[in-house]
Amino acid sequence: MKILKVTAATATALALSLTAAACGSDDGDDSGSGSGGDKITVGIKFDQPGLGLKTPDGKYTGFDVDVATYVAKELGHEPGDIEWKEAKSADRETLLERGDVDFIAATYSINEERQKKVDFAGPYLLAHQDILVRADDDSIKKPEDLNNKKLCSVTGSTSAQNVKTKLAPDAQLQEYGGYSECLTGLENKVIDALTTDDSILAGYAAQPEHQGKFKLGGFKLSNENYGIGVQKGSELKDRINTALEKMVEDGSWDEYVEKNFGPADYKNEPAPKIGNIVN
Amino acid sequence: MRETVFDFLEGYDLLGAFWVTVQLTLYSAVGSLIWGTLLAAMRASPVPLMRGFGAGYVNVVRNIPLTVIIVFTSLGLFQTLGVSLGADDFGTINFRLAVLGLIAYTSAFVCEALRSGINTVPVGQSEAARAIGLSFPQVLSLIVLPQAFRSVVGPLANVLIALTKNTTVAAAIGVAEAATLMREMIENEAQLILISALFAFGFICLTLPTGLFLGWVSKKVAVRR
Repeated sequence: MKILKVTAATATALALSLTAAACGSDDGDDSGSGSGGDKITVGIKFDQPGLGLKTPDGKYTGFDVDVATYVAKELGHEPGDIEWKEAKSADRETLLERGDVDFIAATYSINEERQKKVDFAGPYLLAHQDILVRADDDSIKKPEDLNNKKLCSVTGSTSAQNVKTKLAPDAQLQEYGGYSECLTGLENKVIDALTTDDSILAGYAAQPEHQGKFKLGGFKLSNENYGIGVQKGSELKDRINTALEKMVEDGSWDEYVEKNFGPADYKNEPAPKIGNIVN
Repeated sequence: MRETVFDFLEGYDLLGAFWVTVQLTLYSAVGSLIWGTLLAAMRASPVPLMRGFGAGYVNVVRNIPLTVIIVFTSLGLFQTLGVSLGADDFGTINFRLAVLGLIAYTSAFVCEALRSGINTVPVGQSEAARAIGLSFPQVLSLIVLPQAFRSVVGPLANVLIALTKNTTVAAAIGVAEAATLMREMIENEAQLILISALFAFGFICLTLPTGLFLGWVSKKVAVRR
C-alpha cells in the first residue's frame, strides 16, 4: 500500500515537472520566433465578428484588429509582438486606468462620461445604430415603422436603451446576453429586427453562415464615433492619431472596411477626420 | 443642486428594478418549495419508478448551469416550441419563463435539503405511523415531513439566499431586474466599481435580513431530540 502511494506521488511530481518544462520551452520558442521587439498589449473584443473576433484556432480577425495592428506597427511593434487582451464593454475604463493594456480598439464609442476617465485617439470609424432584418422582410421602410415591431438587442446596451427611451418606446424589446441569441430569434421569426451599431450588424451579416439571410435597414438612428482609448494624459494619443491619419491616407482604411464588412453590403461613412466627433 | 458622487443615480429606477428581483425571488421560492417537496416525496417513496425519476431529475438539473437553463427557456421553449405561458408581450413572457427556469433549478436543491431533513427523523417514527395503519402519503405528510421541515429551515434559508442572487441570471433573457439595470448604468456612466458596490449593497439588504430572520425561525422551530 505504502509503495503504491509513493509511486503515485512520484508519478504526480513527474507529471507536474514535465508540464512545467513544457511551459518553459514554449516561452523559449516565443521569444525566439518573435522579432525581439517590445511587447505591446492591446484590448479588443473577442466575440464580435467583423470587428474583433477570436477564432477557434486562436487567431484574431476583424476591423478593430486590423486597425490596432496597423497602429501598433506605426508605434514600432511588429504584429508578432502584440499581446491581445479581451476588453469587454464594462471593463474598458478599468483596463486602461490600471495600465493592463496600452490601448483599446473595441467598438469604443467616444462619449462625455468616458472622456472623464480615459483619453481617446481618433475617431477611426463613424457608425450608426441600425437594424438587421430578414432578407425577405420589406415591412420596415422608415424608423417609425419600428414601433409595432418586435426588436432585439443586448441587455443594457446603449442601443437597447435608445429603443426604450427614444426610437420606438411602443415596440416590444427582447434583450439577450449576446447578439447570437437575437439572430436565432430573427431566424425563428419570433423577432422582427436586431438593432445595434451598423458596423456590428454588418460583421454578423458578413459571416459565411449568415450571408444572404439578413440585410441592413440603412437607417442612421444614432452616431457612434469609434475611438482608440488610451490612459488619461498618455503621450500615445498623439502618436496613434498620426498613425490613424497615415492609415486613411495610404488606403489601408478602405481595404480593411472592404475586407471585413464588404460581403454585408454595408454603406460605410467616409473615414472620419481626427478629432471630428459627430454628435 | 449640490454635486455629489451619487449624481449618476439620477434618472434610474433603482427601487423598481429591485422590486422585480424580489418578485422573481418570491414566485420562484414558492414554486420551488412545492415542486421540491414533491421531488423529495418521490425520492423517499417506496415506488422504484418515482425514486428513479426523483434521483434522475435532481442529478441532471442541479448539474446544468443556471444560465443554460434560463437561456433554454427563452430560445428553446419560447422561440422554438412557442411556449409563451399565457402572456403576449416580451416583458411578461420573459418574467414567467425566468420564474419557470428558476423553479426547475432551485427545486433540485430544495429537494436535497428536505431529503436530509427526512433522514433526521428517526425510523421509529414512520414505523410507528405504519403500525397504526397510516398509508404512505399519510406517513409522509402527517408524521415525517412536518418534522423534516422543522429541521431544515437553516439549509432552506441558504437555498433562498442563493435563489435571490441567482435571479440576476434572468438578465440573460432581458427580465428588467436589478442586474439588467446594473448593466445599463455601467454602460452609460463609466463607474464600474461604484455601481457594482451599490448593487452588491442592494443584494445584502435583501439577503441579510432573510438570513437573520430564518436563522431565528430555525432555532425556534427545531425539534429537540
